Amino acid sequence: MDDTEGLKKAAETWEAGVESTLARHPERSAGFVTGSKMPVKRLYTPLDAGGEYGKKLGFPGEYPYTRGVQSTMYRGRFWTMRQYAGFGNAEESNRRYKYLLDQGQTGLSIAFDLPTQIGYDSDHPLAAGEVGKVGVAVDSLADMEILFDGIPLDKVSTSMTINAPAAILLAMYVAVAEKQGVPPSALNGTIQNDILKEYVARGTYIFPPAPSMRLITDIFAWCAKEVPNWNTISISGYHIREAGSTAVQEVAFTLADGIAYVDAAKRVGLDVDDFAPRLSFFFNAHNDLFEEVAKYRAARRVWAKIMKDRFGAKNPKSLMLRFHTQTGGSTLTAQQPENNVIRVTIQALAAVLGGTQSLHTNSRDEALALPTEESVRIALRTQQIVAYESGVAETIDPLAGSYYVESLTDAIEKEVLAYIERIDKLGGSVKAIEQGFIQQEVQDAAYAHQLDVEKGERVIVGLNKFTVKEGPPKGLLRVDPEVGRSQVEKLAALRARRDGERVRKALASLEAAARDDSSGGDNNLMPPILEAVRSYASLGEICDVLRSVFGEYRPSSMF
Amino acid sequence: MERRIRVLVAKPGLDGHDRGAKVIARALRDDGMEVVYTGLRQTPEQIVSAALQEDVDVIALSILSGAHNHLFPRVTQLLANRGASDVLVIGGGVIPEEDYDYLKTKGVAAVFGPGTSTKTTIEFIRSHLRGRQTVAQGLASGR
Repeated sequence: MDDTEGLKKAAETWEAGVESTLARHPERSAGFVTGSKMPVKRLYTPLDAGGEYGKKLGFPGEYPYTRGVQSTMYRGRFWTMRQYAGFGNAEESNRRYKYLLDQGQTGLSIAFDLPTQIGYDSDHPLAAGEVGKVGVAVDSLADMEILFDGIPLDKVSTSMTINAPAAILLAMYVAVAEKQGVPPSALNGTIQNDILKEYVARGTYIFPPAPSMRLITDIFAWCAKEVPNWNTISISGYHIREAGSTAVQEVAFTLADGIAYVDAAKRVGLDVDDFAPRLSFFFNAHNDLFEEVAKYRAARRVWAKIMKDRFGAKNPKSLMLRFHTQTGGSTLTAQQPENNVIRVTIQALAAVLGGTQSLHTNSRDEALALPTEESVRIALRTQQIVAYESGVAETIDPLAGSYYVESLTDAIEKEVLAYIERIDKLGGSVKAIEQGFIQQEVQDAAYAHQLDVEKGERVIVGLNKFTVKEGPPKGLLRVDPEVGRSQVEKLAALRARRDGERVRKALASLEAAARDDSSGGDNNLMPPILEAVRSYASLGEICDVLRSVFGEYRPSSMF
Repeated sequence: MERRIRVLVAKPGLDGHDRGAKVIARALRDDGMEVVYTGLRQTPEQIVSAALQEDVDVIALSILSGAHNHLFPRVTQLLANRGASDVLVIGGGVIPEEDYDYLKTKGVAAVFGPGTSTKTTIEFIRSHLRGRQTVAQGLASGR
């Protein structure tokens, strides 16, 4: 302890010395903060990063997983390089996926268009103008068959960004695999399936919270038996951060949502160790490199403790926070878009130094439009350069032991726990969302950020400093406006040729199962959804049945 | 006393990205305007009804889904049908610059892309409505 005392004294002497020179050589700012406005000290020393190594950090692959969830991390294999893609129709997207796989991408990530995400067929009046715009249009199993044509589903892992109708798209994936002769047990992938953050930040909800949670726990239960290697949910902070939250809020609200899902599953009688190993997470990566690295490390530690202490999980896999990362879309600028390549590089480094399991790197033109093929290739190459050339993947958790990073990790953990306690007091995440608490916190942070940018207190290169006059950007991707029309025609043809009687029967049994809301019975919605999908019932028809039983969520207009 | 400027911030289409809509709503309110936000997924019909019901001077449309060329002109058309073309319609979001001119020919007074300062939007609204009020006052005093 003499050492600590000695160091404390030395540090104080040093600080006093610095203070005396500040009058002559002032610092750039009166108070330094991280990207999320956490205070940053002039210097960090062992005094800031104390604590027992074993308890706080431990070893990779061991509790509390601060240093990573695998024992060899990227020395075993690199993270999965997974670019989120999809636009237009199934044929066009299928071509883009094959291109990406040819370029060395190691997993697929499917972007669906908004009508698909909200459970409307392409011929629904609300779908007008939206078909194929932000992702691929999928109306039925027929589209899904084209989407994965020539892609062996037992060889590739597929992530699907689908939430409210996740059960239906998962059923379609399983049905396509059946046609390829691949059993469900051989499938690998993820559905986002995280409805709570849709209410907070992303907006593609359909049903109210209670039936939405039922769909989610039905998926947990069904997959545990039928699709054991599937990640049944990707509990997402990404969109909360994009909506304007801080790094701390991103972790806090995501883990609070995670707690709500585990609670819901336990309430319907599932054993925590039966489903928790398949829970996965999804985080953002912004520009403040050290804060982001600390964020991932803190998230792993907090989740492990929650699962162990709060839920009594025994299986080590239940304690591991595995996560996907996407670089921060909201950090990209429409001005001097080439600069975005550098931002994405820093963010990708943060994700890798933070131990991500998979990564999407954004393209330079995403503040302007969907990315072109060339932009996507540069984004993928960015990851490959980090992996193969930078050397950061050769040892595990290389920033551990940095006084600053450890101190930030501790600080984030502390603030996350404080938020979770507040949310617990409000009755949990679902209640906190219903009361608008989480939305308000995020909006306040978003507005504060905007004011900082406008006052020039936060510099964004090319936007509020180092600006240039530039012409309109060239060579942006445009989605063929004909997609909407051809999709509507395809759907009409499908309706004419399918077995109408089989569709009617399938939808009727789905409705009966949906009306039976007893828990623990044989009313799991996945089997009737799978049969409806196999009969070529459309996504919109299936969602309409569920809408008629469950009702629809009414959004708030608070700001 | 001068009537406060009334604005409807609206999200047409299906996209759920309303960070920008909420930030602009708040900035306009902080600037002294009266602001109503529609919430997500509003049809052009719903937006125009709300605008007339709230008797707004401005409709600020925010969209990031790429459906702007389809949805914005429907809003201005419906306003015209209901004799309310004097409502100032502006837009924002991820909209390629090459679409700005088309939208202007359809009656969208201005489009504000990513990175626009809220002050720019506020000044645009104020200067636009000031010009209009001066004309109206001129007409009134001449009567």
